[in-house]
Amino acid sequence: MAFGVYLANRAIPNPLLETLGEGEAAITPFVKIASDGITLITPRADKGQGAYSIQAYLIAEELDIDPLSVTISPGAPGPAYYNSAVLGEGVPVPAYDHSPVAETLRDATGAVAKILALQMTGGSSTVPDMYSRMREAGAVARETLKQAAANRLGVPRGDLKTENGMVIMPSGEAIAYTDLAAEAAEISPIRKVALRPRADWKRLGKRENPRIDIVAKSTGTEIYGIDYAVEGMVFASICANPGIGGGLKSYDASKAEKMPGVQKIMEVKSGNAGVAVVASNTWYAIEAANAIDCEWAAPDYPASSAEMWDLLEDAVDNEGAFDHRQRNEGNVAAALSEGAVYEAQYRVPFLAHAPMEPMNAIVKVADDRIDIWTGTQIPLFVRNRAADLTGLEKDNVHVHVQPMGGSFGHKLEMTHVEQAIEVAMAMEGTPVKFTWSREEDMTHDYPRPASVMHGRGRVADGKVETFDISVAQQNMAGEWFGRLSGMRLAGPDATITTGSWDQPFAIPNYRVTGYKAPNLVPVSSWRSVGASANGFFHDCFLDELIHEAGADPLEERIRLCLDNTSRKVLEAVGELSSWDGPSMGENRGRGVAFCMSFGVPVAEVIEVTMTDAGLRLDRAFAVADIGLALDPTNAEAQLFGGMIYGLSHAINSELTYENHGAQQNNYHVYEGLRLYQTPEFTVKILENSPKIHGIGEPGLPPAAPALGNAIFAATGQRLREMPFHKFIDFV
Amino acid sequence: MKFLVNGVEREADVTDDMPLLWVLRDELGITGVKYGCGIAQCGACTVHIDGLAVRSCQIRAADVDGEVTTIEGLGTPDALHAVQEAWVEHQVAQCGYCQSGQIMQAAAFLDLNPEPTDEAIDFAMSGNLCRCGTYPRIRAAVRTAAKKLQEA
Repeated sequence: MAFGVYLANRAIPNPLLETLGEGEAAITPFVKIASDGITLITPRADKGQGAYSIQAYLIAEELDIDPLSVTISPGAPGPAYYNSAVLGEGVPVPAYDHSPVAETLRDATGAVAKILALQMTGGSSTVPDMYSRMREAGAVARETLKQAAANRLGVPRGDLKTENGMVIMPSGEAIAYTDLAAEAAEISPIRKVALRPRADWKRLGKRENPRIDIVAKSTGTEIYGIDYAVEGMVFASICANPGIGGGLKSYDASKAEKMPGVQKIMEVKSGNAGVAVVASNTWYAIEAANAIDCEWAAPDYPASSAEMWDLLEDAVDNEGAFDHRQRNEGNVAAALSEGAVYEAQYRVPFLAHAPMEPMNAIVKVADDRIDIWTGTQIPLFVRNRAADLTGLEKDNVHVHVQPMGGSFGHKLEMTHVEQAIEVAMAMEGTPVKFTWSREEDMTHDYPRPASVMHGRGRVADGKVETFDISVAQQNMAGEWFGRLSGMRLAGPDATITTGSWDQPFAIPNYRVTGYKAPNLVPVSSWRSVGASANGFFHDCFLDELIHEAGADPLEERIRLCLDNTSRKVLEAVGELSSWDGPSMGENRGRGVAFCMSFGVPVAEVIEVTMTDAGLRLDRAFAVADIGLALDPTNAEAQLFGGMIYGLSHAINSELTYENHGAQQNNYHVYEGLRLYQTPEFTVKILENSPKIHGIGEPGLPPAAPALGNAIFAATGQRLREMPFHKFIDFV
Repeated sequence: MKFLVNGVEREADVTDDMPLLWVLRDELGITGVKYGCGIAQCGACTVHIDGLAVRSCQIRAADVDGEVTTIEGLGTPDALHAVQEAWVEHQVAQCGYCQSGQIMQAAAFLDLNPEPTDEAIDFAMSGNLCRCGTYPRIRAAVRTAAKKLQEA
């Protein structure tokens, strides 16, 4: 991976060229040089995972600048910023397969993403997608600046060096990049560049480099979407139908109209129907919205959780609901036809994303243009929808992407922006800051889908011999893509079994089948989505069979593992946790779990104690292999952060439905892990994988099964449904 | 209505029952203080009133009696408070949205309890929710901040 030769693909124009001022250079879509400073364009959105920082460091490594001393901007959304990696998860080959056929399939999905101009942040794809592109951008900019200096001085480019934002002459004299902006703008970019080998890196892979946003985020000076201010703006909120997609029949705002600060009350049809309030303060708007009496029309999905569970149970193992079977090895039917079959049934609930920053957008409609300031993972979908709603040309839609106070997939949706646009159109000329209350946010989330699993297996001679699981879920991928694009996504929904079918194990009889349930409450992506359920199903059921066989949980996983990188991860977590079996004495136990997701094998161990006050999590260990840790400090944070997000939901959280609406509306009934429940963490990143991978999501899937397996080791109780607090008390 | 915020007298024309959080954010433009839940469950809105940590979503404007300090008044990027220094040192923040509240909570707690036990830290900080899961580093940063303040 050390050297690569970059030849520019000119098919997509550089969007920065249209916005340049006099004497400014945009050498690539990612680097803008002006006489008063350097701007790096970091088009993958930052929702807390450190995307802006790593994109800046990738450019800086080749451009020889200090990323803390330049301006970082997400840029205007555009096709030049397509994501070539995000669709790679959907290919029908497992991530540990690096054969030519598998790589060709992955490359093909990248080409599709480019054609679709799919500028999106998600699927732990920022690093694999941008790893080469942004270093190339830095190198192209560097060599072009050197060429500009060479032209001015009349010396060969090869005689010049670069350092800390300057071109250095052989004499040692320096010219700042900013002084070369006008000249660099006049010449063709130098596109044939060699990337620096890893051994020469000064910033990437180094632990001492801080994230670029840490000081701002420690001083209250980071400006999130919800903090952004536009001159003359008013504040708005909404009360929308709790039945997602149902209409508004009538409403009575007579009480709300008289409340303080209220300026306007209006019906909203876009996104999800409701009644919006414009006021002089967000709190006045929320209070007034809560005081409106609405009569809602019912949406067209089942009204209650009980009905939804029945439909999921009806779908699993029902030939009429068959969706896909991407793993079918040995002869499962024959193996299960005689002798004792071990069976178990699992389920996971709908889950809210509930990031700390509620959904919000500032929208201004004026002078035949619309400006939208919002934290979003899907800026081009937002632009297209805004054009549809306003009737404006796409060129007159300006989406200004803001940093996000968390997302976990929530900001892959845009209902709130649609609502804000409709309000802003009614307030033409006045910017509107539109904010969902926490209650509105949680009850109008598109949740992580619920799903159910039925498992069957057999063991013989102390080994797992047969493993057969069936998973049923609604069509998450199709619903989500259809909602955003208006297009129908044909074919199977891979997320139903992602995290089950693609695990690097060799079991003699091994089958994973996905079944598609009818559409229930509308759902969406969620941190690690398919693997968040399947990691639990696959690993806990495997753990059950291993215990049934009388084998050691870690040793048997290692024996079954067919991928070297994954095996080393399992061995490393054993070493890190001083694994010597699941038993740890009376009322104590440890569990191990493994899941490969987004190409990253992750193994986790959790130690627990059953106390008089309930179950306590003592220590947690996690090992992941991402091929190359560009920012080791942040990679570790993402690993334990993902694990904690997984534990939060494994222990505490679910959305349930009555009368089509979510019954949980705020953090008191949708609890996350708190500091006192958090175990001591030890994490380790390995770099054996042949490819580089992102780590925003893969830490999550093994968390719930590691805890479930630990609880079994400590108490003998096997938990097959989340959240666990329904079945066991926690400290 | 008059407020003393970060050493400056400010005025806002609001109803008596408007929570301090919304006076600060939408009337005075002080956005380091965050809205997360509105019901004292997440702690993102934590500020100090006369040095004590309070959830600003639960304090009515008319009931504010004392000097309000927000994260902006604790320290600045060029002059960090010891707690903020520790937060930077441990690279705590991920999305960062809850961290203003976490830092304000930690600063007030360490003022009252300069040599806290690990149990006391866990107890004091458990009212502040972090969805990204930065807790292991929050724990470490509070310990470091305690040392820094002792040495100062």
